[in-house]
Amino acid sequence: MDLSTSTGLPAAFMRPGTSSFTDFLASYAPELLPGRRTPPSNVVGTEIPHGTTIVAVTYPGGVVMAGDRRATMGNIIAQRDIEKVFQADEYSVVGIAGTAGLAVEVVRLFQLELEHYEKVEGTVLSLEGKANRLSHMIRGNLALAMQGLAAVPLFAGYDHAEQDGRIFSYDITGGRYEEHSFYAVGSGSLFARGAQKKLYRPDLTADEAVVVCMQALYDAADDDSATGGPDLQRRIYPVVAVVDGDGYRRLENDAVGQVVERVVTGRDERPDGPNAPLE
Amino acid sequence: MQFGYVSPEQFYKDKADYARKGIARGRSVIVMQYEHGILFVAENLSRSLHKISEIYDRIAFAAAGRYPELESLRIAGVRLADLRGYSFDRADVNGRALANTYAQTLDAIFTTQPKPYEVEIAVAEVGDTAADDQIYRLTYEGSVVDEHGYAVMGGAADLVSRYLSESYREGMSFEDATRLAVDALARDNASGEVRQLTTDALEVAVLDRNRKRRKFKRIPQPNLRELLGNGQAPSASGADASRESAAPSPDAPNEEPPAS
Repeated sequence: MDLSTSTGLPAAFMRPGTSSFTDFLASYAPELLPGRRTPPSNVVGTEIPHGTTIVAVTYPGGVVMAGDRRATMGNIIAQRDIEKVFQADEYSVVGIAGTAGLAVEVVRLFQLELEHYEKVEGTVLSLEGKANRLSHMIRGNLALAMQGLAAVPLFAGYDHAEQDGRIFSYDITGGRYEEHSFYAVGSGSLFARGAQKKLYRPDLTADEAVVVCMQALYDAADDDSATGGPDLQRRIYPVVAVVDGDGYRRLENDAVGQVVERVVTGRDERPDGPNAPLE
Repeated sequence: MQFGYVSPEQFYKDKADYARKGIARGRSVIVMQYEHGILFVAENLSRSLHKISEIYDRIAFAAAGRYPELESLRIAGVRLADLRGYSFDRADVNGRALANTYAQTLDAIFTTQPKPYEVEIAVAEVGDTAADDQIYRLTYEGSVVDEHGYAVMGGAADLVSRYLSESYREGMSFEDATRLAVDALARDNASGEVRQLTTDALEVAVLDRNRKRRKFKRIPQPNLRELLGNGQAPSASGADASRESAAPSPDAPNEEPPAS
């Protein structure tokens, strides 16, 4: 790859055809694609940083996504303020669990993919289109994933056609599944999903959906050592993003702190969280 | 030799004439500094085939000439900028490098290929202050001109420039700058007659230094109509005060997805 400016543009740049940055990269500089690395010959264990739990909840007219802030290397906490929830574009958000290094790279490429398409085509991809592009990129990482270097995203966004928030989950083969109402990925996801199941109702407001996410992350951290609970001393709270008809917005740390404090105070009364009615 | 000897001077002159003729068929495009950044105004009947577009966070592209050629240059620019930003960092993508690469490319095409590109392009980068703004104008054979204040591309560029040189001043408001640019484009006419431009035939965009990461924004038709009034571009002197106060500003909250 030559990025000097002393020569003219290589022919690959002028070639018509694709409005996908990943496809362009695959033809011009394939070594820059995360999935094109030679996979390690042995299965990699837990000695590299892993990101953990991401949760998402829809509400009428939008969707909320939140992620805890912990990265682990086996029993070590590699980072206590890592960010795993990112703006994908104006109307979508992506959270990613798994091998942290790979995850961050996949997200960077995905953000660029959406922006590149927007600039080249002069129009925005549909939400399904974005979800499919992400699927394509995860599929490229399969060889790495089989050796223990997996990154599994959770994608959510506002669908202009349906005027509602939608959630998509993925597996390491790039399989893409639409999830209804709520979903969670990562090591604490089983516990988070249990909490979401009990707390979700179809008429949530955006603020209530944020509370459901915080409760779910609290429960995940409660039972999964790799998921970080809210760090009240250091004021490190989950990253929370809301996407609705007005676009993406990330909640301020202080705003998240207020919700977290309410949730934590509530747990003083009931350490296991809110009570769902029996029948 | 089959066709006899052609001197290099004649050979390149013929090519240059050919390119100039092609460019002269298209309408002019204006790139101009204003109060909050850089303004782009083009006469363009198409809603979807743009003459002005976003390249990167602070960089935009404007061109006059043959569409397929300027389109391939534009896409190449987006690819180069995105690749550089991905390999290094977003802050490492700059307009000067892009203009340089375009210059090398146009030069190579002009000297080695049978048909030169019939394009004239501008690469503009908005800085943190007006003094940091950069406007590069590139011609069909790859020369680069570092412009200050404004640049005009297209067939009747000299007529349009002459008009601008009389009325342009630094730090104009968005409204005044747009009216002046539209007024100047109306003089894109060999016969010297001043045409009436309707907003439907205008493409207007800005690189606004006050916007967040992506500084590029197209000005939607309704805002343009409000600014220029009745779908008819007024002459600069006819722009009355009441219209000025009601004029929409590009700083208004963005009610549409970016770069749509």
